[in-house]
Amino acid sequence: MVRVFVPTDTTACALGADAVAAEIAQQVQDMRLDVEIIRNGSRGAFWLEPLVEVESGEGRHAYGPVDPLDVAGMFEAGFPGSCEHPLFLGKVSDIEWLVRQDRLTFARAGLIDPLNLDDYRQQGGYDGLLRVLDMSPADIVEEVTGSGLRGRGGAAFPTGIKWRTVLNAPSDQKYVTANADEGDSGTFADRLLMEADPFQLIEGMTICAMAVGASEGYIYLRSEYPRARGVMQKAIETAKAAGLLGSDILGSGRDFNIHIRLGAGAYICGEETSMLESLEGKRGLVRFKPPLPAIEGLFGKPTVVNNVLTLAAVTTVLAKGAAYYRDYGSGRSRGTLSVQLAGNVRRGGLVEVPFGASLRQLVEGFGGGTASGRPVRAIQVGGPLGAYLPESQWDTPLDYEAFAAVGAMLGHGGIVVFDDSVDMLKQARFAMEFCAVESCGKCTPCRIGSVRGVELIDKIGRNENRLVSLGLLEDLCETMEAGSLCAMGGLTPMPVRSAVQYFPQDFERRIESSLDG
Amino acid sequence: MPSSSGATAAVIAAAVRKYRDIPGGLLPLLHEIQSVVGFVPKDHVVDIASGMGLSRAEVHGVISFYHDFHYRSKGQKTIHLCRAEACQAMGSRELEDHVKTRLGVDFGETTQDGRFSLEPVYCLGNCACPPSIRIGDDVYARVDAGRFDEILDGT
Repeated sequence: MVRVFVPTDTTACALGADAVAAEIAQQVQDMRLDVEIIRNGSRGAFWLEPLVEVESGEGRHAYGPVDPLDVAGMFEAGFPGSCEHPLFLGKVSDIEWLVRQDRLTFARAGLIDPLNLDDYRQQGGYDGLLRVLDMSPADIVEEVTGSGLRGRGGAAFPTGIKWRTVLNAPSDQKYVTANADEGDSGTFADRLLMEADPFQLIEGMTICAMAVGASEGYIYLRSEYPRARGVMQKAIETAKAAGLLGSDILGSGRDFNIHIRLGAGAYICGEETSMLESLEGKRGLVRFKPPLPAIEGLFGKPTVVNNVLTLAAVTTVLAKGAAYYRDYGSGRSRGTLSVQLAGNVRRGGLVEVPFGASLRQLVEGFGGGTASGRPVRAIQVGGPLGAYLPESQWDTPLDYEAFAAVGAMLGHGGIVVFDDSVDMLKQARFAMEFCAVESCGKCTPCRIGSVRGVELIDKIGRNENRLVSLGLLEDLCETMEAGSLCAMGGLTPMPVRSAVQYFPQDFERRIESSLDG
Repeated sequence: MPSSSGATAAVIAAAVRKYRDIPGGLLPLLHEIQSVVGFVPKDHVVDIASGMGLSRAEVHGVISFYHDFHYRSKGQKTIHLCRAEACQAMGSRELEDHVKTRLGVDFGETTQDGRFSLEPVYCLGNCACPPSIRIGDDVYARVDAGRFDEILDGT
């Protein structure tokens, strides 16, 4: 029996993985071969997807990127036995792009069948929860605090402090919520994790529940991720059947349930208080803070709101200890950062490395430059609210404080690469337009400011009162930054200002003004 | 899709029974109604409201807030075209022009033959291989004008 792996991941399937799997199954049947096809998650090397792997005595060999039309030729060349084929990549363990990473959170991604609980446990899964069962809630929280883990959703708030607040808040009911409303363009790490290693999120949420004393958990999942939803739903059922969720988890006397709630296409619901409103069945209007969600969160009860990757990282912290996790990283940014290389990049995908690597190392070293082959001009880091950085800033280390120091942010780790054909005035306009479309409307600087921002940038593009308009745009950015209730209005100025500051030539008198997009 | 208003009322009544005691049940209820009926029937907002113990304004407020919910019926299939930055970096603006021309519709509209509705989306999580579109639950990667036509002809 030979085992062949074909990913079920969204991107792999968007590139034809389902058709590749079907074609392999057909060939196996026609040739009466003894082959088992396993649908694994993706390793996140999306530039090689669909990445087909064959398990042999000496590890796993890879072929990629495999088009459905390549499959017949591969079998003619001897697949799944050892064969010489142009798509043969050698051993997976020798693929440099993967080997050079430090995978803690994504160690199992692509390695295992996402829904096989035995696979998960054999690869270190549930080691963290087993350890937690003998610990006091305060000790669990202390371990998380000691790891230096900070929220991976973008705000980088120390996770242990958040948990301690919820632990110390007296209440008959507490909640754990996983923010899986991954709306930033250029990000896909939450999706990849949920599709490749769903039990890790379940385990992380369960550890959190044990730490803070919660019995109910919610995954707020964006509706744009139907595959992740299917995998998570099945994983929850499997965990429940195995006694790892539900009543009396592993005989501990503790109960914890997880419910999946679908978003409905609103970017703002990734903001934590808006997400809580949405979970309560309401419009996703941002709440005033305080009270903090840790004190008065979902349905008015103490609530942990953590990003998917934060909860996933907790499993490593508890399985291997705070010091193990803390030893990775730089400055006050501890552990690993799951960078997502996206946009116009030759080798895009998920790169998990310790904090401290430079943007240049990521985009040039891992990314290999642009997909178009043209020079890189701008890199947007941290999603649609993040800064556009020119080459002079590419040596900035990926570290929360270092990025803040240059007026940028790491956010959720999305890196979008643009080549020299990019028009930065259009990008600035889009930032304002996106804010206008997605603003919840609660506060004026965001709701009205974004519309005025689009108008001003259009004027600049039409050479209409250009200098005055540029001055007004800066005023507007200042107002939005200082006067908005949440990060949506408060950070939209970041991409706009960085575009004006670093790429001023795109805002100078324009010969032709094409501003339709 | 239920053909009569009686069938629609039955769908709504069943959904209300299923979700009225679930905390924060309005969003899952609306998702369910929409997946069966194809849209949220405006005439029945009052039934949803009374069934869920909410005001009509609260129900309408939620429907109008979220991009996913809509009162009008859509084409047989909805094409979601990603307009966000990672896709822009690989030519989604040009793709958008092509798609609108090819289908003869703008965002929010349905083709005359009723087959396709076109909607914008801001990120499908396929950002390493853009531009991306989604039709039903299927996402397509590296979609340029030619690839779009192939996909459309095969759908």
